[in-house]
Amino acid sequence: MPKYELILLKNMMQPGYTGSLQEYERAGGYQALRKVVGKVPPTEVTMAVMKSGLRGRGGAGFPTGVKWGFLPKDYQGPRYLCCNADESEPGTFKDRQLMERDPHQLLEGIVLACYAIGAESAYIYIRGELVLAAKILEQAIAEAQAAGYIGANILGTGITANVWVHRGAGAYICGEETALLESLEGKRGLPRFKPPFPATNGLYNKPTVVNNVETLANLPHIIGRGPEWFASIGSPPKSTGTRVFCVSGHVKRPGNYEVPMGVTFRELIYEHAGGMRSDKPLKAFIPGGASAPFLTSDHLDVKLDFESVAAAGSMLGSGGVTVMEEGTPMVWAALRLMEFFYHESCGKCSPCREGSSWLVQTMRRIVAKRGQMEDLETLVDLCKNIEGRTVCAFGEAEVAPIMSTLKYWRSEYVTLIQEAEAANLIRLEPTVARH
Amino acid sequence: MLKDKYQQEIDELLSRYPVKRSALIPLLYLAQRDEGFVSEGAMKEIAGLLHLTPPQVYETATFYTMINLKPVGKFHLQVCKSLMCALAGSDTVIGWVKTKLGIGPGETTTDGLFTLSAVECLAACGTAPMMQVNDDYYERLTEDTFDRILADLKKDGSCSLKTGPFMWPEPAPAKPGA
Repeated sequence: MPKYELILLKNMMQPGYTGSLQEYERAGGYQALRKVVGKVPPTEVTMAVMKSGLRGRGGAGFPTGVKWGFLPKDYQGPRYLCCNADESEPGTFKDRQLMERDPHQLLEGIVLACYAIGAESAYIYIRGELVLAAKILEQAIAEAQAAGYIGANILGTGITANVWVHRGAGAYICGEETALLESLEGKRGLPRFKPPFPATNGLYNKPTVVNNVETLANLPHIIGRGPEWFASIGSPPKSTGTRVFCVSGHVKRPGNYEVPMGVTFRELIYEHAGGMRSDKPLKAFIPGGASAPFLTSDHLDVKLDFESVAAAGSMLGSGGVTVMEEGTPMVWAALRLMEFFYHESCGKCSPCREGSSWLVQTMRRIVAKRGQMEDLETLVDLCKNIEGRTVCAFGEAEVAPIMSTLKYWRSEYVTLIQEAEAANLIRLEPTVARH
Repeated sequence: MLKDKYQQEIDELLSRYPVKRSALIPLLYLAQRDEGFVSEGAMKEIAGLLHLTPPQVYETATFYTMINLKPVGKFHLQVCKSLMCALAGSDTVIGWVKTKLGIGPGETTTDGLFTLSAVECLAACGTAPMMQVNDDYYERLTEDTFDRILADLKKDGSCSLKTGPFMWPEPAPAKPGA
């Protein structure tokens, strides 16, 4: 038995649950939509979401209701909802499960959001590799259309909400909301300058809301059981509700665990994920996907809520918790993530495009024991010239692994370089030869 | 010509968006499904369908790693090499491909059956190491399952070890009689 009440994973935990419309309805599905659509004014739905304290589950943690509130109130033209299903943050694999195992929970959330913001069209931008999830969603959309939950005149109210699945094609940056919009418009996924924000100038330059899969999947529960109920879960007032945390790395039972926000990393890792896979103790963990700075075994009692993780010098991000045991080479680990960011940099901003290449080359040199002490200064200098100097948050993300491993495991960098220097001394190579 | 073969599908794709260019990635996928990769000819045709210039199609097509601009093997093995998979031994998987098929990342076997790509995170970190073969995911790979996947693909073109609707950890099975 799970220790806490499950919200998002409840249905799929029932043995034999396939996520069909019939089963979703039997589990109380689409009741929230029936309760409000055409009966409760859309502004009240937005108010309820604000009151619930729901914050975006994609990474940034922005309050969902507030985001909706930024849409221009008197605008008469079309508005759009985009569901961000471009789950690509290394360490994160929850949206995939939410879409493939309980697609109607997400669709009900999408239609509720469409109703609240007055959007007649919603696009689910799903990462291209998730072919199965896209098929399952398309099938579920067809079922929901036939039952009158999606399409023109939903539930006979005269309200329109169409939903389409749009597959991406393998670009991490398209999870950034303005890059997602560019990609959905058929262009390269290059993030836009902000402001203007998508709320006023989004898809096709129209007012647009972009929300993550898990964020939207919470809506049927918030509307169905009330914002007060939701706001009492987790660590209110700032981190309400549950999160589906994805645990990976050196634990006994990796996987998705839904727990209220505010439990400690120790509990998540040692109780839910079964603890370390061997007798080696925990050395490091990434608390919120590859973009979040590394933390150490000293941080195990930090609570899994937005503020606590930020206060510990990292971020809760996408909820991807990656655990590393004693003996994991940290410079190598940082290099692996750096290789990822180097590959995924979209190329728009020079500091990130050029800087990621410099960072990855410097890191490869150090790991290959060809580094020099001055490389450490070069790394910090590069990081400081990337961070905060790019259009999107990718700049902050790509420096996180290096800056945080330099902070906690600088000695590992130094050892690799000292070994390199010792080898150089024996071979009497001039240092310029490394170029 | 795509238009002759897939007129209905193209019309349906275009009907989803108020601006034609949005159908660009879907049409590139359609071309890729047809030929196995996206040729220059297909890009020119798509440009015409969407009232774009060929360079506009080309700049989009080259940005996305899933759009193949040259032919790949019948089975495209994409092994995740990001940190989370690397912690679980993805470098070993790439080694198996090398010893069993004789190809490294970016290479295709001489019989044209297998292409290997070492790719970045595929959202399966809890079930690492893993690889994607064409549309299907294969997770929690061991040398035994890896061998079986290769043998089945060669023999039948598919393998039953592919992941179905994803959930991990799996829910406890129903108790008999409950």
